[in-house]
Amino acid sequence: MANKKWPENWQDVTPGCIVSEPGSASQYHTGDWRAQKPIWDNTKCIKCGVCYIFCPEGCIIEKEDGFFEADLDYCKGCGICAHECWPLAIKMVEEG
Amino acid sequence: MGKRKGMEIALAAAEAAALCRPDVIAAYPITPNTHIPEHLSDIVAEGRLDAEFICVESEHSALSACMGASGAGARVFTATSSQGLLYMAEIMAIASSMRLPVVMALGNRALSGPLNIWNDHSDIMSQRDTGWISLFASHGQEVIDMMIQAFRIAEDRDVMLPVNVNLDGFQLTHVVEVMNFPLQEEVDAFLPVYKPYASLHPDHPCSMGTLGLPEIFSEATRAREAAIVNSRKTILKVWDEWEKRFGRRYEPIESYKMEGAEFAVLTMGSMGETAEVAIDALREKGVPVGLLKLKLWRPFPYEDLKKAVKGVKSLIVMDRAVSFGGPGGPVASEIRSALYDEPSRPDLTNYIFGLGGRDVTVEDFIAMIDKVRLADKKRPKEHYEFYGVRGE
Repeated sequence: MANKKWPENWQDVTPGCIVSEPGSASQYHTGDWRAQKPIWDNTKCIKCGVCYIFCPEGCIIEKEDGFFEADLDYCKGCGICAHECWPLAIKMVEEG
Repeated sequence: MGKRKGMEIALAAAEAAALCRPDVIAAYPITPNTHIPEHLSDIVAEGRLDAEFICVESEHSALSACMGASGAGARVFTATSSQGLLYMAEIMAIASSMRLPVVMALGNRALSGPLNIWNDHSDIMSQRDTGWISLFASHGQEVIDMMIQAFRIAEDRDVMLPVNVNLDGFQLTHVVEVMNFPLQEEVDAFLPVYKPYASLHPDHPCSMGTLGLPEIFSEATRAREAAIVNSRKTILKVWDEWEKRFGRRYEPIESYKMEGAEFAVLTMGSMGETAEVAIDALREKGVPVGLLKLKLWRPFPYEDLKKAVKGVKSLIVMDRAVSFGGPGGPVASEIRSALYDEPSRPDLTNYIFGLGGRDVTVEDFIAMIDKVRLADKKRPKEHYEFYGVRGE
């Protein structure tokens, strides 16, 4: 997991902490925050994509076979996907 | 050079702000600063100034709108007083942390309660630690000059910080004075078109006001402190240039009759003018007393203060605000702390007075100075004293 590089010293902080490089949030791996991870049961999944739509982090990916999975580099384990999944195909499982 | 004209100081502040050609003005009326945005809206409506005047629904929105416009690269101006400043409080620290050069005219007024619309310095003192540069004017000419200087200081690439110009409510905002108004071409030559360090433009995408996790917050705060401390150099440079162009000298602490002074009075804002008359009267009687007028509250001018009080036996600091349950007045507390490490320092007496519009007279100054000067040395020294309060 490549981690975001913080400015070395206070002198290196940009004025007003301005970030001039677009999309730099992807350098920060919010997956570190996770206590639970979503596990899909593809026998129940109907490929509706509700999890993909509701994921606030935008880290749920549709695979080639049409099923979904979370990019664990960014998934914070919030559980919104599991809450919204009406066929109950997603279960939140403790990490570790 | 310039145009001499008699005018209410609030209107003059608006005229001075207009001379700086702000692109966006967002303000909500509140006594006693109301005439400033009111007159600016007239100036815009008359077509004398090409600016967007945003009639916001609150002070919170006023400062927020200014920050958004400043982030987009506009030169911005706002004005407020007292409770209005408190309503801006949530945004105050964000403006300085985002290094946006917002300029504000602050018509100083007591914080309620009891509800009071008149002058003291409790409003700005509540926002002291929000990272803004704070200038204090003692008369109308200084209001005009500081308003124009404020834009130049705020927008300087070595500064990039918001600036508030403090003018005492009523004592300054509602008083008519004869002042010298710089000409438009003189202001244009002094204050170049604003070129932002970064702006919200689709061609150069950037993020402002980002999240600061614990990994970066301390460094970001340290950088903010460095920015305001370093702004001193630019402030002095701008004041030097002002003197060359307009002939009026500005210093962080202005000395008045300090030659051989054993006693010194230190004031901030309009009461300095009254104090001058008291100093004149006492000097005539042979009393070695002088006056120090503090014009730069943040960044605090430590070096100038140490130099100014050299040789002074007793320093009398006048405060128009109270730090409740604390060290007395905020100005005196700052000065005590500034002189703590000095090998020799004057005795310090702190008077708190002139609260919520209570009149401050020449006789009051003479009485306060005499009280210190003629005091029995064995008397236990009080930390601070409320002057002119019934029952004291």
